[in-house]
Amino acid sequence: MPTVALKPRYKYLNLFKIRLPLPAFVSILHRVTGVLMFLLLGFLLWLLQQSLQSFNTYTALRAWVALWPVKIVLLGLLWAYLHHLFAGIRHLFLDAHVGLELARARQSSAAVLAAGAIVTLIVAVLAW
Amino acid sequence: MVRREVIGAHYGLRGWLLQRVSAVVMAAYTLLMAVMIAVLQPGDFGRWRGLFALPWIKVATLLFVVSLLLHAWVGMRNVFMDYVKPSGLRFALYVATILALIAYAGWAAQILWSV
Repeated sequence: MPTVALKPRYKYLNLFKIRLPLPAFVSILHRVTGVLMFLLLGFLLWLLQQSLQSFNTYTALRAWVALWPVKIVLLGLLWAYLHHLFAGIRHLFLDAHVGLELARARQSSAAVLAAGAIVTLIVAVLAW
Repeated sequence: MVRREVIGAHYGLRGWLLQRVSAVVMAAYTLLMAVMIAVLQPGDFGRWRGLFALPWIKVATLLFVVSLLLHAWVGMRNVFMDYVKPSGLRFALYVATILALIAYAGWAAQILWSV
C-alpha cells in the first residue's frame, strides 16, 4: 500500500492561548453552568426541603442563607441558572435560523451575557 | 429517484427534541414562579408553604422537575460523549447519572407531596 505523507495540520488548540470569540464564550459557559447545576442538584433539593418541611427548618434555613458566603454561592447559582436560560433561549432562535449572521450572533451573545449579569445584580440588590 | 433514508435509532433527534421541549417547559415555569412570587410575596413560612400547597403549583412543579431531570440527562450524556473516551468509564458515568436522577425524582416528589 502506498504511504501518503500527511500534510501537517496547523492546529493551534491550546485552550489557554485561544482567544474565544464571544459566541464561543457564551456557548462554553452554557455547558459549564449546566454541569455545575447538575452537580449541585442535591443541594438545591435540600434547600427546597428545608424551606418547606417545618417552621423550624424554614427559620434555620433563612438564618443560614442570610450569611454572606452562602448568599454569594446562591447568587452564583442564580447567575448560572439565568445564563443557562438566556443562552438556551438564544439557542432556540438559532434553531429557527433567526440571527445566524455573525454580527447578529455576536450581538445576541453579548445580550445573553448582559441579561444574566443584570438580572442577577437586581436580585442581589433586592436580597441584600 | 433515490430514496435516501436516515438509518439508526433516531435517538440523536429524540434527544435534541427532548432537550428543547423540556427547556420550554422549564422556561415557562420560571416565568410563572417569578410572577407568583412577585404577586404573592411569600416572605414568611406560612405563605411560602401555602404557595406550594396549591394543587396546580404542585403539578407545575412536578412537570418542571421531570423536565429538569430529562434535560439534565441529555446534557450530561452529551458532555460525557464529548470528553470521556474510555467506553467502560463512560458507561459507568451514564449509569451513575441515571441512578442519581431517578433518586432525585423520588426525593422531589416526596418533598412536594409532604406539603
